[in-house]
Amino acid sequence: MKNKKEFAAIITEAGNSIKNKTGSWRTMKPIVLKNKCTACGICAKFCPDGAIIIKNKKMSVDYEHCKGCAICSVECPSHSIIMKEEKK
Amino acid sequence: MKENEKERFMPGHGACAGCGAAIAMRAIGRAAGKNSILTIATGCMEVVSTAYPLTAWKLPIIHSAFENAAATASGIAAALKHQKKKTNVIAIAGDGGVFDIGLQALSGALERGHKFLFICYDNEAYANTGVQRSGATPLGAVTTTTPAGKHDSIEFKKNMPFIVASHAGTYVATANIAFIDDFENKIKKALQSGKPSYIQVFTPCTIGWHINNNDTIRLSKLAYQTNIYPLFEIENGIIKLMENTSKIPIENYLNMQGRFKNLGKKEISEIQKDVDKNYELLKSLNGKKIFLN
Repeated sequence: MKNKKEFAAIITEAGNSIKNKTGSWRTMKPIVLKNKCTACGICAKFCPDGAIIIKNKKMSVDYEHCKGCAICSVECPSHSIIMKEEKK
Repeated sequence: MKENEKERFMPGHGACAGCGAAIAMRAIGRAAGKNSILTIATGCMEVVSTAYPLTAWKLPIIHSAFENAAATASGIAAALKHQKKKTNVIAIAGDGGVFDIGLQALSGALERGHKFLFICYDNEAYANTGVQRSGATPLGAVTTTTPAGKHDSIEFKKNMPFIVASHAGTYVATANIAFIDDFENKIKKALQSGKPSYIQVFTPCTIGWHINNNDTIRLSKLAYQTNIYPLFEIENGIIKLMENTSKIPIENYLNMQGRFKNLGKKEISEIQKDVDKNYELLKSLNGKKIFLN
């Protein structure tokens, strides 16, 4: 066993799935209404993809990984996320 | 990026849009902390999170076969005990890998008293292989092996938390992704207790249950409000029920899902009776010692 990788299917890089851009799956795109959003973070906890980033009390969407499930839009208490059709 | 440092289940995994189990995995990553080792049995979350050569986890994870997540976890726990290390050992499996296939390995590991936490994400079918009926599928649900008509699921859901609680010295809890902080607190409590622990978390499956992608959390909340999935803890043999005062009829929960479309009014009222009986029983047991261990 010269190389650890030959021994078994070992993945040595943690969290490298981030290279997989799942944003291409999306048909509906979440748009944040910045004047309404309070950055409470409820959407961030309920996002299955971890695609909502809250930084310095501001919320933004990681469109490279968002799959467009719209859970954030339904669960937002201030109704500040709307869904629009994805255009390319 | 302070908020994101806690995340240990990264984006880019292959779960379906609106997946309930992926929300649970993220919560596990946040609650477990970096001093943890995971083992995941074959199932949705193993397949979507670690498709070689990519992994969504920022924690060490061992892929187990379908039946032996608990056996792998007991091996890890024994090795860590020998090395005198205090590391959290968490095994994750779906309902198929717990209720049916992994039951004897889990029972053995609990009986030997290894310090580990077993989390079952309960999506009430073998969702990974195309939604076949499992021991967790509720009465009346349509799956590919129990098609609509006279063949829909005629079996009751197995009462897994009570089976696990029958083992001496265990901590058992049920959780729901709609109450994500409660789920995280239960994980932390289980890891701190140092007992063999079992948490069963309710995670809707959008494809298997025929629901809209955005209804995952709304449906989870309804599962608690209609009492079909009661939340409780069993510690030192004493059961503590999280009481629910909203009396929402089960129809609201069933009508949201395509898998219950085949049910008529008669069947729905029968399910309502069963749910009420089950909840009344749990309520009468609340705060009492039900297991002598």
